[in-house]
Amino acid sequence: MTKKIRVLIAKPGLDGHDRGAKVIARALRDAGMEVIYTGLRQTPEMISAAALQEDVDAVGLSILSGAHMTLVPRVIDLLKENGQDDVMVFVGGIIPAEDVEKLKAKGVRAVFGPGTATAEVIDALWEAAA
Amino acid sequence: MSELNTIAARVRSGDRLALARLITDIENGGGDYQHILDLLYPDTGSAHIIGVTGAPGSGKSTLVNCLARELKQGKSERAAKIGIIAVDPSSPFTGGALLGDRVRMQFHANDPEIFIRSMASRGALGGIANATDNVAMAMDAAGYDPILIETVGAGQSEVEIASLAHTTIVVEAPGLGDDVQAAKAGLLEIADILVVNKAEKPAAETTAAVLMRMLTLGEEVKGKRMGLNWQVPLVKTSAIDCGGVDELAAHIRAHYQFLHQSGAWDKCDLMRLSKRVNHLLRESLFADWQNQLDQQSYNDLMVQVMHHQISPHQAVQKLLNR
Repeated sequence: MTKKIRVLIAKPGLDGHDRGAKVIARALRDAGMEVIYTGLRQTPEMISAAALQEDVDAVGLSILSGAHMTLVPRVIDLLKENGQDDVMVFVGGIIPAEDVEKLKAKGVRAVFGPGTATAEVIDALWEAAA
Repeated sequence: MSELNTIAARVRSGDRLALARLITDIENGGGDYQHILDLLYPDTGSAHIIGVTGAPGSGKSTLVNCLARELKQGKSERAAKIGIIAVDPSSPFTGGALLGDRVRMQFHANDPEIFIRSMASRGALGGIANATDNVAMAMDAAGYDPILIETVGAGQSEVEIASLAHTTIVVEAPGLGDDVQAAKAGLLEIADILVVNKAEKPAAETTAAVLMRMLTLGEEVKGKRMGLNWQVPLVKTSAIDCGGVDELAAHIRAHYQFLHQSGAWDKCDLMRLSKRVNHLLRESLFADWQNQLDQQSYNDLMVQVMHHQISPHQAVQKLLNR
């Protein structure tokens, strides 16, 4: 049996800056993972539906709009509703320090700000999958 | 055994998480997926499997997006659950993959009656993954019909989809070649329906004309070999705004009728299923042989092959005691 790590990279909300999401998607691909990229302007409902159909191990959310405290907990709730409690959720983008702990308390495993080395993200995913 | 029965029952009843997890096991060769498929097999066989293939960037995903909506609207008598399998290539170096077909399939992101699964090709070279037929079988058992399979961006010889799909759609884009390209064997030959997408581009007329000449020039080999008389239609679509997709859907429905009326449906299934049986048989025979293999004598023979003392063919003869 050959287990592959499957990751959904999604951009919830309305900001159109997907460079970061694409850099991460590419880095994870090069680390041997299967990355499902869904594109811009996703609602939490769309993201959770994709995570379910794709049976992913992790969901990465890229947000630069400031709406993370609304969008991220909603995604986590929907994942749980669908029975995907075990999916690792990580967030990238512009997240103020005071919100990082709040997001972690809601169930986010890791938050990666600007300047994060891609290797750090890859390691976090390997660790979560182990 | 009862646990397997429970999983099979959940898949049959339309539990999307159960289906998604079964597909993962099929892809990974994990769990007891083979036995679950055994249980599900009697519930399969009715779904219309439609293959969509063509060059990278020819607009397959966008077309599938339009097509799923169109097919769903036109379905009144049968259930309206549509399955989509979108295959993208795995890296030959890292095994990783970027599966980006969902980006173009946004109509259905919230539709509970459409199930989209992205698959990496995982080293298979025929345009689909080795597990694609089993994944289609799982979707069939879960009540999805039709099932649209989008291949990796195909070149000239990724023709595996033709032995899996009942209806194969080959998508061409304008400006990719002249009439000699159109006359070459391979991908174009497997089409039951030929599509020129991006019809809004000026070069589309020329491409359509060249392909039309190709179609009228020779006889339709694929159908003829099965004793059938199907005229491959050529449809111009503009998937960017779903233009022409209603006409494409009409041809798909016509082909479905044709397959049933002509008896080709059963021939198609016989070909596909015997291929699957042969594949499993090969795998199983090889595994049996490997289990009783004396590793030492295998290594010794490999040393001789490495030193060019015996040929690979002679080594196999020895291994099989011939």
